[in-house]
Amino acid sequence: MAKILLEMKNITKTFPGVKALDNVNLQVEEGEIHALVGENGAGKSTLMNVLSGIYPYGTYEGDIIYDGEVCKFNAIKDSEEKGIVIIHQELALIPYMTIGENMFLGNERGHKYKINWNETNARAAELLKTVGLRENPQTLIKDIGVGKQQLVEIAKALAKNAKLLILDEPTASLNETDSKALLDLMLQLKEQGMTSIIISHKLNEVSYVADKITVIRDGSTIETLDKRVDKISEGRIIKGMVGREISDRFPKREPHIGDIRMEVKHWNVYHPLYSERKVVDDVSLNVRRGEVVGISGLMGAGRTELAMSLFGKSYGDNISGELYINGKEVHLNNVQEAIRNRLAYVTEDRKGNGLILSNPIKINTTLSNLNAVSSHTVIDKDKEYNVAVDYKEKLKTKCLTVEQNVGNLSGGNQQKVLLAKWMFADPDILILDEPTRGIDVGAKYEIYCIINQLVAEGKSVIMISSELPEILGMCDRIYIMNEGKIVGELAGSEATQELIMSHILGTAGKEQTA
Amino acid sequence: MSKIKSVDFVKKYTMIIVLIIVTAFFAWRTGGAILLPMNVSSLISQNAYVFILATGMLLCILTGGNIDLSVGSVVCFVGAIGAMLMVNMKMNMWLAILVMFAVGTLIGAFQGFWIAYVRIPPFIVTLAGMLAFRGLSNVVLDGMTVSIKDCTTFVNLFGGGADCYIPDFFGNGSLNMTCIFAGVLAAAIYISIQIKGRMDKVKKGYEVEGLITAIMKMVIITAVILAFTYRLAQHKGIPSVLIWVLIVIMVYGYITSNTTVGRYFYAVGGNEKATKLSGINTNKVYFLAYMNMGFLAALAGMVTIARMTSAQPTYGQNYEMDAIGSCFIGGASAYGGTGTVPGVIVGAVLMGVINLGMSLMGVDQNMQKVVKGLVLLAAVIFDVVSKRGGKLIAKN
Repeated sequence: MAKILLEMKNITKTFPGVKALDNVNLQVEEGEIHALVGENGAGKSTLMNVLSGIYPYGTYEGDIIYDGEVCKFNAIKDSEEKGIVIIHQELALIPYMTIGENMFLGNERGHKYKINWNETNARAAELLKTVGLRENPQTLIKDIGVGKQQLVEIAKALAKNAKLLILDEPTASLNETDSKALLDLMLQLKEQGMTSIIISHKLNEVSYVADKITVIRDGSTIETLDKRVDKISEGRIIKGMVGREISDRFPKREPHIGDIRMEVKHWNVYHPLYSERKVVDDVSLNVRRGEVVGISGLMGAGRTELAMSLFGKSYGDNISGELYINGKEVHLNNVQEAIRNRLAYVTEDRKGNGLILSNPIKINTTLSNLNAVSSHTVIDKDKEYNVAVDYKEKLKTKCLTVEQNVGNLSGGNQQKVLLAKWMFADPDILILDEPTRGIDVGAKYEIYCIINQLVAEGKSVIMISSELPEILGMCDRIYIMNEGKIVGELAGSEATQELIMSHILGTAGKEQTA
Repeated sequence: MSKIKSVDFVKKYTMIIVLIIVTAFFAWRTGGAILLPMNVSSLISQNAYVFILATGMLLCILTGGNIDLSVGSVVCFVGAIGAMLMVNMKMNMWLAILVMFAVGTLIGAFQGFWIAYVRIPPFIVTLAGMLAFRGLSNVVLDGMTVSIKDCTTFVNLFGGGADCYIPDFFGNGSLNMTCIFAGVLAAAIYISIQIKGRMDKVKKGYEVEGLITAIMKMVIITAVILAFTYRLAQHKGIPSVLIWVLIVIMVYGYITSNTTVGRYFYAVGGNEKATKLSGINTNKVYFLAYMNMGFLAALAGMVTIARMTSAQPTYGQNYEMDAIGSCFIGGASAYGGTGTVPGVIVGAVLMGVINLGMSLMGVDQNMQKVVKGLVLLAAVIFDVVSKRGGKLIAKN
């Protein structure tokens, strides 16, 4: 048996309110390609951030043993010195610098006060050859495609004398040819003795390159499959990824489903920057009174983009399609009109798009419906205070007073303030985008109760979620979305995790061969 | 527990404490000269434009640390137009005032349009405005000084000349009784508002601050009002420009703390995306901030030409810096979203006291600039570091 290059032992990492990693163990042999798979939010990226020193030693529990010694990394620099190089999902290249400059950024050739450009470009050319990229090192990054940029990232890693290469979703933005080239490069580097860890959602790719597959679920390692020992199939991997019991983690409700309240027909949205990229492709869906409709899919499937484009065209360009509310066609050109038509969108990014962290709970609660607590534009501060206290009690938000800044609350309580804000806007249709992301199990349960209460009052809820159990446990009907399209619709009663996953992955596979 | 409270107290009233210390320092160094009635009075008239401009600047800064560099030039331009209208064209004073407000507001709207709707960075737009309106002032005045000495009503109304004080209706002695009455009245109104507010809160069962703190706060503020008006009464009474300043402070203090529009300024600066997704027209908020800045620059322009009794193409230079400095010293965040009108006024007073004190001490003009620069830097360092939880060096 080959030497163990990396061992991560009992890694536990807690964020305020959430246990992101719980006693994770990972063993990587020298010279193998090891895949990490799991659902969104399972903890794969967190684990890699622990390994690379982004979360420094001391902020997690457990040991990292690399090349026979215990490592205490304080920053990325420390791990890179040892030859551990991580390539993130979002490319970290600077568009207006050349390939060569990018490859040696922070690792410049020559002296401190004089960069040796000849050496830079010569060495860059050498490394580009290794990764099979035929480009001049002096070409600007912005002038080459995403696939080539990914290869530059790998060349950049090689420039740092990488011994262990970590690739986080390396093919997420690549087409099939580029993906294949990248995976073949990984195999070629393996021949030369490189050890790699690959994080991927695309199980066909994983089974193509990986020697071993470790499945992570809910912050714990579930199992490690060895290609040489176990019989690996995609179904087998999916079972590991989702195979958990759904018990009473979801509050029961009696469905009282009424007429269609909102209907979307042939909805198309293009990317605001890359005007040729279709982000939402001919989507049609509907939601009824008193119904919870789920939209399931992987990250980047276009779910948030769909929701935001419906919500007063808050996202995207060149939006086309029809939107009916209560049977009447409406044109919502801005958020004000959307709110007036009693639509609400509760964002997935509560810190970035949802809340004003530096302001107190009461100000956040009333922001989207400030007129309701004011007369002739003068705010009635007593009324505002009372509203905030009302919602605090209704949603059981844990805080000292409603004067407390939202930034000081835990994720779950922030989410409740965000929900309170939109409930106060008095909508009929609520689009909840990842309403339980990054919050602990107890708070999740309370959020589910709030959702049940909303539909019991006759409101309609569209729930976007990457967590399959949540979708299955809460929704009356489920749409499955992938690459901008609706690829399936299931009744809540007939849906299973395997069925949804195979819808997502199956279509992904078909798309690539098409 | 009491320790935490005193820390909070110091944090909340830092600038007031600094103001008291600085004033005490200058009182000591100048042998009390800085507290002489004449000097207290000139602190107001000299800095009136700062109070007015800083209030407008606060709204711009609230939207996200955006500043308006053009105000000094706009002040000069509006003053130039006013002087030309009143002196060369013999226009009716009230009409001229209206025109001046209209011109200022239009300039603000012009710059606001590019900033808010086209999203040209405010720094660029107002830098362009700063150059353009300085040049235009020169064109309007033809490079000359236009004296408005003969427009006595205008000059008196906006706080210039020798008679720019509220006339004394009651006494004729050395003490201006109107001023004393006004001071007592102001103190009485202040106390009754405080008491009523507290009683309302108690009645509705809201939290109120400790009784002793509240009484102490009330006593101190009443004492300051009375001492201040007494000093003014010993000089010539209430400078007319103080009325303008008080109106601006009260109106904008109310708007920023009690109205929906005021709330939107803070919201945009706190998190623009979230504000937009809450159905608020953020473009309009930026537009209003800059249009309003033009309006207040016009008022400052009137105050400036009245005080100087003339219009000159060089007036208003560095006024924008005084306004911006006062905002940051007064606790407005350089990133937007926080800051209050009273805070900014305290900042402006602090700057005024430092100016006056150093002048009285006979400190060299150039050294005065150095000190002011350092005070500004120190104030912003304090703001940034205290927000980071006291860590001086940012995490790399």
